[in-house]
Amino acid sequence: MLGVVNKGMLIIRHIRTKVRAFLPLIKSLQTGLLLSTGIAGYLSAHTTLDVGVLLGLVGSLFLAISGSTILNMWYDCDIDTVMNRTHNRPLATGKVTKQEALWLGLILSIAGVGWAVVLDGLYGLVVFAGLFFDVVVYTIWLKRRTSWSIVWGGISGGIPILAGRVLAIGQIDIVGLLLMMAVLFWIPTHILTFNMRYFDDYQETRVPTFPSAYGFEATRAIIAISAIIAAACIGVAGVMIGVQAGALRLMAVLSSGLLLLSFATVFRPSERVNFSLFKYASIYMLASMILLSL
Amino acid sequence: MKTTPLDRVLLLVTCLLAAYQVAVGINGLEKIPTIAYTIAFGVLLVAGLLIIILGFEVLDSPVVVVVSTIIPLSLSLGLVWEYLDAWRIPYLVFTIIGFLAIIVTRSMPMPGKLPTIILAFVHGVAGMVLFLLPAVLAARGITNPGFALVGLGGAMIGLGGVLLYFLKTGKPIVSREIILHIFPGVLFLMTIAFVAGFALA
Repeated sequence: MLGVVNKGMLIIRHIRTKVRAFLPLIKSLQTGLLLSTGIAGYLSAHTTLDVGVLLGLVGSLFLAISGSTILNMWYDCDIDTVMNRTHNRPLATGKVTKQEALWLGLILSIAGVGWAVVLDGLYGLVVFAGLFFDVVVYTIWLKRRTSWSIVWGGISGGIPILAGRVLAIGQIDIVGLLLMMAVLFWIPTHILTFNMRYFDDYQETRVPTFPSAYGFEATRAIIAISAIIAAACIGVAGVMIGVQAGALRLMAVLSSGLLLLSFATVFRPSERVNFSLFKYASIYMLASMILLSL
Repeated sequence: MKTTPLDRVLLLVTCLLAAYQVAVGINGLEKIPTIAYTIAFGVLLVAGLLIIILGFEVLDSPVVVVVSTIIPLSLSLGLVWEYLDAWRIPYLVFTIIGFLAIIVTRSMPMPGKLPTIILAFVHGVAGMVLFLLPAVLAARGITNPGFALVGLGGAMIGLGGVLLYFLKTGKPIVSREIILHIFPGVLFLMTIAFVAGFALA
């Protein structure tokens, strides 16, 4: 009897250890932010709220985003092992095996897309497109060949907000595409800032990046221009959605902060300012998503 | 000096209050007061976020002197436009010229104490309007008594301005540590006073 109890305890401990090892695979902050854009896309339509559909959206997107993130990590395991920033990730340290990660990534991705298709055919197609662009086009095909791969990474990052809106209104409209563009142009502030901050790491892995291909000055300019375009897209989308005047005022204020930091990045460049723009842009995106949902 | 968790919480609540004021607190006003209050609370919001992200070092920037003038100038313009009909255009002109004068004297080499005199004059007039007008309006019963809180906020913005001045000039009366220690609290109380005062008007 005691042996059975001990064995049970061991199994529970093993599962707990595995779950703890698997959790960092889904990059909870990034997944959370993308999920929030999906919810904002749905709520931006201001249709009658269907809690069941909303829960379905959250569940399916969470699974699909987590699945594609794990598949990214599975494919980029060799890069993560070399880079200082990522060498502690579970796959790089061996806490999770490549096969375990591949299976988990596939299962979550299939479950996410499957759930999405059951909810709505077009929504399912959009979610599948996001997963395909992220895993196949961005990670497997282009990431190690060209610095421009981030455009595809950006498109896949913009898919959740488009998907959310598609689920709400049943079609792809201009507002949805504008919102997707906003996320697409927000993503360079994230990825290119990391490319500059961990420049030596990326050089070691031989992954082509904008700083290595075009230099830091051009990269800073691209970040600034992207941030401005992202703010413009959100602003236009906000007007087209018919967001309340107060929310528009607040978006204008937050956009001006983004513009200020973008200019500072170009004209008074420093790592501190670059990283501040990166942080501010994340806050800006989250705040914009909330305002678009009101 | 690094920001403490308490500093960050106070600054975050300040940002949320300023965001509320921009989004909800000034609904239904005329165009000029709406723009003026949006600028004032918008600057407060963005400045709070930047201090949270960049730390107190951001206060060492020479731009801070100019930016810190925007808040009292635009708030006082909003108040004058709302409550002193006859002074609307003259005060709008004073606001624009005063602000431009501060930018010019701060961005170009100027003789003697001209930059300080202009800053003190423009900041002083705006601060007095911001401090006295709500108090007088509340005392005369033109607005609810709670509107006097805006004047209290005006007094605190004056205190904040003095603290920033000491920080810039490195005067030994108050140490940098003490200034930075109380600065988030002053910003927080000032914003509460403004938001509550406008809500009670």
